[in-house]
Amino acid sequence: MLANLRRLFGYRILVQTLVMRELKARYRGSVLGFFWSFANPLLLLLVYTFVFSVVLPARFEGVDNYALFLFCGLLPWTWFSSALTESSNSLLANGNLIKKVLFPAEVLPVVAVLANMVHFLLALPILIVALVLFVPVLPTVTELLWFPAVIAVQFLLTLGLGLMLAALTVHFRDIRDLLANVLTLWFFATPILYPWTEVASRGPSVAGLPPAGKVLMDLNPFSHIAISYQEILFFDGPFGHWKWLLALAVAGMGLFLAGYALFDRLRDSFAEEV
Amino acid sequence: MTEPAIVLRDVTKLYRRYAYRRQFSTLKSALLKGSLASELEPREVLRAVDGVSLEVAAGTTIGLIGRNGSGKSTLLKLVAGITKPTTGSVKVHGRISALIELGAGFHPEISGRENIFINGVMLGLTKREIAQRFDEIVEFAEIEDFIDSPVKTYSSGMYMRLGFAVAVHVDPDVLLIDEVLAVGDEGFSLKCLDKFADFKRRGKTIVLVTHGLGLVERYCDEAVWVDAGRVRGHGDPRNVVHAYTTDVARGEEQTLASADRKAQAAVGVEPDAAEAAAEQPMATDEPPADMSGAAQGRWGSGPVRIERVTFEHDGTEAHVFRTGDRLGIRLAVRTPEPVHDFVFGVSIFNSEGVCCYGTNTDIEEFEPVEMSGAGEVVFVIDSLDLVEGTYKLDVAAHTRHGVQYDYHRLLHTFRVKSHTKDVGIYRPRHRWSFSPAVRLTPRRA
Repeated sequence: MLANLRRLFGYRILVQTLVMRELKARYRGSVLGFFWSFANPLLLLLVYTFVFSVVLPARFEGVDNYALFLFCGLLPWTWFSSALTESSNSLLANGNLIKKVLFPAEVLPVVAVLANMVHFLLALPILIVALVLFVPVLPTVTELLWFPAVIAVQFLLTLGLGLMLAALTVHFRDIRDLLANVLTLWFFATPILYPWTEVASRGPSVAGLPPAGKVLMDLNPFSHIAISYQEILFFDGPFGHWKWLLALAVAGMGLFLAGYALFDRLRDSFAEEV
Repeated sequence: MTEPAIVLRDVTKLYRRYAYRRQFSTLKSALLKGSLASELEPREVLRAVDGVSLEVAAGTTIGLIGRNGSGKSTLLKLVAGITKPTTGSVKVHGRISALIELGAGFHPEISGRENIFINGVMLGLTKREIAQRFDEIVEFAEIEDFIDSPVKTYSSGMYMRLGFAVAVHVDPDVLLIDEVLAVGDEGFSLKCLDKFADFKRRGKTIVLVTHGLGLVERYCDEAVWVDAGRVRGHGDPRNVVHAYTTDVARGEEQTLASADRKAQAAVGVEPDAAEAAAEQPMATDEPPADMSGAAQGRWGSGPVRIERVTFEHDGTEAHVFRTGDRLGIRLAVRTPEPVHDFVFGVSIFNSEGVCCYGTNTDIEEFEPVEMSGAGEVVFVIDSLDLVEGTYKLDVAAHTRHGVQYDYHRLLHTFRVKSHTKDVGIYRPRHRWSFSPAVRLTPRRA
């Protein structure tokens, strides 16, 4: 497996080429082309601003600009959920590569995760401009230094899950349908639409543990990712969630290795089952 | 003895049977039982490749032949490393390029130019190598004018040509080809063959899976005949191809014989069925108005019954003949009461429904005298001068005025095979002669 992991690094040119292909192909034929990578998040931001300030005014304590708050969690979530959806479908969608060409299959979920990461990165300028315009206190340099770390942890976590889903979906096509619903539930269970303080005190507390709402949220890996982004970008004050982020980095590493091991274990069955 | 480029040792490949795909009954049960690994063990298996050992010396061009589903393509995928053997080992020395599906991995939305680069990287080239070969690839694929158009706008021929061009320009040590020579038009096919000849000259190893037996005889140094996952023959292409075609003919014989039996049983020509049929009237007593357009069937209700029709070659029953063979058609006939007005007729139709020949005893001026009980009528063609194809037979017993006793329409099938791929419906006895200024020499020894 370690040898295979090293080989994965050797595929970086292939990965790079395929990520470029994904990005080029996505907007090919549209008039605005690559501009959509900026236009999409901008339009999304406008829609959310309109909905949550006019249609359905949202009020949470400590959240002055709700749309912007939402945006800080929503962009990484979009990366996460699209990457998982695409990874889980990646082997099936590229069946002819698996079946007809000697092709390193793990490249496909990696490309799905990376291509969506690039979209996330391309949306960041919009977020930054909005933050500069509408948030009174900008993040400090120390806080911003944590920002790439959050991206790295999210990448590991997403890739680990993506590899697992890709390998399992080959055998259980049900996962594609299941995943869409699980992701919806997951989205609402994660403090993206609401600040984490809203749920931290809810639910009964059992056996001396914190309230159930807090326990569940702590067990949800993506809540730490979302909280990290929100603390760094949106909320004032120093980045206080770093312990959780480091713990998640360790867990993410473990998940990635487990995901890769599972993928490696099932690898030989792909050409037959795809 | 050169070092072998490909070594297969006792390779077996099992496939799960698709029709009885029990696999995981459900995701839930697989997870609950915690038996993910054991659930992955196939239950109903197909031995696609069964204990194959094979060595291919470097620089050899080898042809894999065999029926559909015999395991040729699986063998090729095993050599390519796309699938792993269930047991046994596969070793290949040098860079492999597999032409199993052309243009696999092309993205329809982006241009041919970009696809060449991406496909090249997928096949293991560096960007620099691709850049060096780019012009050559484009020229080979003959798509200079379209290189910057998205691949989705390509015709299927252009698509295949581009896929082929990239794959052969990978400059592999071992080239695996699965039935992809039918690419593009005549001119392109020739270019492909030239490219193979070029590979051969440069001492590359080529494994070719094909149904084009002529190709194997002409281009390959060795041939391997794969049958039901095993190697049935390996060696000189001519010998192996001959053994294979003989076996195919034997298989055809059996298929035709059983198809024939089925067709006859369906309308009650078989002996035991005929007895039952004699007591009740035929399903169709009246012949269709337009006989030539009628599908297969049987009609007529006269006393004379044709109970069995057999084809013979040298006294034994057969369904496959070679051009020029002696063909005997034997009709077993029976009548419950003596009859004095009867004619027997035979017509041969080719697969397009064209009557190649038809005659009867009346046309050939035989005067019926009397027929009673059981008897036989034999129609012999001394030299079956038909071109290759499948032929069907009408046989009939009727009165001199055309009232049908028993008419079998296209119920009996035989096949004619020929070395010569001439065309038409009939092969007249012929020969060629040339004046001294026109010199030709026969190709076949």
